[in-house]
Amino acid sequence: MDLQFTDAENSFRLKLRDWLSSVIPQLPSEPHRNDWIGRREYDSMWQRMLFDAGFAGINWPREYGGLGATPTEHLIFLEETERARAPYVGQNFVGLLHAGPTLITEASAEQKAFHLPAILKGEHIWCQGFSEPGAGSDLASLSCRAIRDGDDYVINGQKIWTSFGHTADYCEMLVRTDTDVPKHRGITWLIVPMGLPGMDVRPLRTLEGSTEFCEVFFDEVRVPVANRVGDENDGWRVAMVTLSFERGTAFVSEMLQSMELARDLAQLAKRVTRSGVTAWDDAGLRRDIGRICAELDALWALTKRNISQAQRTGLVGPGGNVFKLAYAELRSRLGELAMHLLDRASLSIDDIGDLPTHAHVHGRIHALSLGIAAGTSQVQRNIVAERILGLPKER
Amino acid sequence: MDFELNDDERSLQEGIRSFLTGRCTIDVVRANEETGGALDRALWQELGAVGVFSLRADGFGMTESVLAFEELGRSLVAGPLVASHLAATLMPAAANGSRIVGLIEPSEPVNVAEHLASLDDLIVARPEGLFVVDPAEVIGVHAERPLDALTPITAVSHLPQGELIADAATAHIWHRDGMVLTAALQLGLCLASIDLAKQYAMQREQFGRPIGSFQAVKHLLADMLTKAEVTRAAVYAAAVNIDGRGDSTDLMQTARMAKMLAGDSALFCGKTGIQVHGGMGFTWEVDAQRYWKRACVLDTHFGNSDEHAAAFSAAL
Repeated sequence: MDLQFTDAENSFRLKLRDWLSSVIPQLPSEPHRNDWIGRREYDSMWQRMLFDAGFAGINWPREYGGLGATPTEHLIFLEETERARAPYVGQNFVGLLHAGPTLITEASAEQKAFHLPAILKGEHIWCQGFSEPGAGSDLASLSCRAIRDGDDYVINGQKIWTSFGHTADYCEMLVRTDTDVPKHRGITWLIVPMGLPGMDVRPLRTLEGSTEFCEVFFDEVRVPVANRVGDENDGWRVAMVTLSFERGTAFVSEMLQSMELARDLAQLAKRVTRSGVTAWDDAGLRRDIGRICAELDALWALTKRNISQAQRTGLVGPGGNVFKLAYAELRSRLGELAMHLLDRASLSIDDIGDLPTHAHVHGRIHALSLGIAAGTSQVQRNIVAERILGLPKER
Repeated sequence: MDFELNDDERSLQEGIRSFLTGRCTIDVVRANEETGGALDRALWQELGAVGVFSLRADGFGMTESVLAFEELGRSLVAGPLVASHLAATLMPAAANGSRIVGLIEPSEPVNVAEHLASLDDLIVARPEGLFVVDPAEVIGVHAERPLDALTPITAVSHLPQGELIADAATAHIWHRDGMVLTAALQLGLCLASIDLAKQYAMQREQFGRPIGSFQAVKHLLADMLTKAEVTRAAVYAAAVNIDGRGDSTDLMQTARMAKMLAGDSALFCGKTGIQVHGGMGFTWEVDAQRYWKRACVLDTHFGNSDEHAAAFSAAL
């Protein structure tokens, strides 16, 4: 075991750091949080810059224009971009991290030739049409129906939690193509161009007031059979391929943010006074912050273990579930502690009274989603208990 | 000893509940978000007519008051309910709801006033006494996005000294009673979160059965109920103590117990209610978030649970 980076890894870091330090100061300011068109342009610009500099598709194979980087190099990429306060992947998230990798292993040569370069260059934005109102934790029970009619599939139904559905060009979509077989065996994976006749995209407001997610309604929407990826009714397997692309790096950026935020909280506690003494004078609070910072550092170590495992075996393994469970809980505690320290100031989502309210309150709200999105903590516990420990399934 | 509601207490609580379920439906609450949380004067006067502000001025005790406030919390009624209730003994116009009276306890790191634009009077509660201030003379920055859309807030940069209306002893009692009444609102939030989460768990199906039939979800709800019932006992005990029918002579300690438990439980039930709803819990549309956000607001009233835990141990 060795936590030190190799010479090659260090030189990759330095090369990236040089480039970031030359381009970041020249970036325009970020668009308003709910200006999705503006943010698309901004995210696409950043993706194009990465492409031109040879840093696009960090985890994509070289033959498809990617960097073919190792999981460790991916970690370094995320560390350096976070350190430089570089833009996030933003609206290119689904294309670069979900749809792209799936197309790379499952799509036809024609599909790959058309879509992959456009994703890498930030020209096409993708969204995801997997979840449905009736199919969340039980995704395989999805019912959005596609019926074959000549050279088309005709789609009727609804999708939900479609991030950036209002700005995307394409949707990676799971549809029900057979209702007479066990649920996992009647699903098909389709590339659906957005804006087709019969499609209705409506913003879905989160509890924070953000409209990042959409609901998409399909009424007799015709999609060519040529847009299918994989065989008909083999979509579940195709979709699971996406998961195998996770290299333990999914939470790296936000882990780094959380570690910084927790340390900022310690500094804030030193200047916030209560009845004549600083909050930092309170041993209980110091213990809480100490505990949280130490646990975050431990999860950072687990992140590196997970990444190393992925590097060796190609899969993250149990550490991925363990990480998500522990992190969701820890991030909540950090958010709650920050809200308690900010006390009355925590009642505003934006900064007030010269305090960094937004980072902490937004972080607290974000933490509420961590125990829900991409497998609730209840589902994660079942996975840990049943698949890792081998306990019998609940009847 | 009979630490259970008597018939009069039960019927008073049911009366308030039936008024609120008719008048303050969740649709009314949601509609108020579209007006930036501005308080509805007509509703405020109706609340006054029902007696929620004047209960104690009318001769009822803290016991009846917490039963009423539990219902106000359950119905997510916004505004300075506790402040107007506390003010009712000093200001008749607060008692009948014709004036909306708010309260601010100067706080660090920033003074934050709530519902400033809707207030007729603002009482500044300082350790040395209670002071009344014209809300129009308070200077500050209105927050564009309050955490709870139903609780508009202002970061106050100038808070006038105001006119002294009551001494330090009264201020102390207001702080103590404010804790208990707020704890009752928080208890109501817990109960409403549980009701909503339970309904959802029974009706939402995944893997071919209601999610409430999974132990993982059952246990979430059982934990919510456990917290709420312990809180209920604490809140009722604090109230009964204030009314002189209690088992403790340290009314501050019992008040702190109630506020600490209620603060933690309302936050727990709020977030767990969101969790039970899964993705839908993270939407604006589903009310689970509203209970959590109000729990965040109320935890900061009359001292948050950390403060009370520390004060409780300091008195040991």
